[in-house]
Amino acid sequence: MLEITTNHYLVLSFALFAIGIFGIAARKNMITVLMSIELVLNSVNINLIAFSAQHGNLTGQIFAIFTITVAAGEAAVGLGILISLFRLRETTSLDQATDLKG
Amino acid sequence: MKELVWLIPVLPFLGALLNGALLRGRISKKAAAVIACGIIGLVAVLSLLIIGDYLTSTEGQSPRVPFERDYYTWIPAGAIHTVVGGVRNFNVGMGFLLDPLSCVMLFVVTFVGFWIHVYSIGYMAHEDGFQRFFTYLNLFMGAMLMLILGNNYAVMFVGWEGVGLCSYLLIGFYFKEEFPPYAGRKAFITNRVGDFAFVLGLFALIANFGTIKFTELFPKIAANRTLMEGHYLLGLSLASFIALALFIGATGKSAQIPLFVWLPDAMAGPTPVSALIHAATMVTAGVYMAVRSNVIYQLSPGVSLFVATIGAATALFAGTIALAQYDIKKVLAYSTVSQLGYMFLAVGVGAYTSAIFHVMTHAFFKALLFLGSGSVIHAMGGEQDMRKMGGLRKHLPVTARTFRIGTLAIAGVPLFAGFFSKDQILGAAAGHGHWVLYGMGLLTAALTACYMFRAFRLTFHGEFRGTHEQEHHLHESPPAMLWPLRVLAIGAIVAGYVGIPLAMTFDTVDLNNFDHLVDDVLVSVKGIANPEHHTLGFELILIGASIAAAGLGIFVAWRIWGRRRGMAGEEAVVGFYPPGHRVLENKYYVDEIYDATVIRGYWAFARGLYRFDAAFIDGFLVNGTRNVTVHLLSLGSNLFDKYVVDGLVNLTGRLLDGFSRGLRRLQTGYVANYALILAMGMFALVVFYMVVLRRG
Repeated sequence: MLEITTNHYLVLSFALFAIGIFGIAARKNMITVLMSIELVLNSVNINLIAFSAQHGNLTGQIFAIFTITVAAGEAAVGLGILISLFRLRETTSLDQATDLKG
Repeated sequence: MKELVWLIPVLPFLGALLNGALLRGRISKKAAAVIACGIIGLVAVLSLLIIGDYLTSTEGQSPRVPFERDYYTWIPAGAIHTVVGGVRNFNVGMGFLLDPLSCVMLFVVTFVGFWIHVYSIGYMAHEDGFQRFFTYLNLFMGAMLMLILGNNYAVMFVGWEGVGLCSYLLIGFYFKEEFPPYAGRKAFITNRVGDFAFVLGLFALIANFGTIKFTELFPKIAANRTLMEGHYLLGLSLASFIALALFIGATGKSAQIPLFVWLPDAMAGPTPVSALIHAATMVTAGVYMAVRSNVIYQLSPGVSLFVATIGAATALFAGTIALAQYDIKKVLAYSTVSQLGYMFLAVGVGAYTSAIFHVMTHAFFKALLFLGSGSVIHAMGGEQDMRKMGGLRKHLPVTARTFRIGTLAIAGVPLFAGFFSKDQILGAAAGHGHWVLYGMGLLTAALTACYMFRAFRLTFHGEFRGTHEQEHHLHESPPAMLWPLRVLAIGAIVAGYVGIPLAMTFDTVDLNNFDHLVDDVLVSVKGIANPEHHTLGFELILIGASIAAAGLGIFVAWRIWGRRRGMAGEEAVVGFYPPGHRVLENKYYVDEIYDATVIRGYWAFARGLYRFDAAFIDGFLVNGTRNVTVHLLSLGSNLFDKYVVDGLVNLTGRLLDGFSRGLRRLQTGYVANYALILAMGMFALVVFYMVVLRRG
């Protein structure tokens, strides 16, 4: 019987983190990028909770709740920007939003 | 009483202050005249009292001790290096000196000055600028009294310049006309030439003796004979240098060759001014100064002879010019120059007391003659040409009588003042063996008699030659003008009796009081002998020669202009040799020669300097500097600015620009790029953490 250890959690977390980073860097659709950001944030949450369980205290879990709260705010702001961009450019492609090019 | 001597110069200045500033334009002519004449009258009385006090208090002293007061230190110059006595303090005090010489001058100036002031009331009554006239006249008296009372050369010089200033102001009194201001400037500038030399002489005295106070200086000079006779400058001994410098100063003030040209032109001023300043007082200042400095002249026989020669030459030269003048004042002006020449002849031959004696007698009779001519001009309504006069004695009896006395006095007719003084001068010239100078003096005496009688005959005798209007206007002058004439006429008769030469009393009674009085100011120098006394017979021959010369002059004048021939005689003279007369009438063309040489030379010099200024200073130096500045310096500065300063600035800019051009590449605007960089950065940090830090 395979026992689930902290290492397993960490592998899962790293996989999710890597998928999230890939999504942010490689995808052009802004919705996909926002979702990838959620993946990254949640991979961190898994990490925090895994270590919380390992050490037997609640600090990591409380920290994860804060992260979820911030992620909710981030998603709201990100979707607000997305809607504004869409109204302006009629697209959600990030390649079309390069006005800050130096 | 003599303690009040400071009041004598101060009071006239006060009068000038009152009339010229405090009460200017606020009082009537009468009040102005009362102030001016009253003050001079007061000064004259005060002077007499002070002179009396001084003479009685020094009675019996031989020589009389001068009375001297220093009132305050005027110029505290501090330590200076002197040849005699090394380093010493040199301070000039404002002080006055009473001695027989200043007493004589004081008497003459205040006495004649007062009567000329009185005369001016009448003469100037109808003129504009009445108060201004009396202001200047008072100012002149103050300066003149300062000149003769000063106890050192500096105070004397202040008076000397003061009278020069007043002379200038009064010559140019009628400043609305063209000529008088010109004449005033001419007088002033000519005098400056002499003053320059005078000041040089004073500097030489200060540098060598460290004092210019008469009572300290003269004994020092007498005691340092070897220094005085040693070589100083320009091949001259110290004594000669100083004597010459002072004499050149005197030629300016006392109108001697070559600086006499201003005096005849000075007649453009009102006639009382001519009488007071340009005949009786100011022009004799040079003689006074030379006599005051007698010790210096005694130590320099060469310069003394030069002075005598210039004096005799001036006397003769001016005398001949006077013979051919038609302006009555010009005749008197050249006569004054001529008589001043006599005085310098006396100074030159060492007859210092005779020079001062002649100053005194001349002051009386020449002031009288000028005032008489003023009376004539007044009556003629401003006419000065003797060709338009004639027969005036019928209309102006008092003027004619007094003028005749003046003429006799100046001609040297025995028993009149001029005879005694002139005879003494000629006697001194002959006594020292200067026979050429004596001959010139004697000839001048004859000429003097001749031209004065010519003037007298042309003016007062014969038929009236002016217009009907002028004849109708003829009138004797008011009493304010006649009384001075009468008083001065008496002076012209009796002034000579204070100095009767020993020979004239046939060596029986010594009546030459004047000589004994003024002799006291002569500084005796060891080794310089007094002139030997001549025999009675020799003296009598000289006196006879003087009388003969005067007689000859009068006789010739009588033959030509006498016997009612008047202008007919004049025409005969002119017709005798017209070119000669023309030369004399035009004053030997001296003014023209000066104009052609000195004045034009000066202008040419000034023009040369102007060209030098324009071409060299402005053209070369100033513009050259500008060219160097503009074309070289500013060019260099410009280049430095452009390439070094601006270069640095641009370099900074370019560096930043290039750097930021590189940095700008990072800002692609693609969010994906940023994310990638973020991730890579994070990866790098993790690697750094794991590889580098863990290992240590």
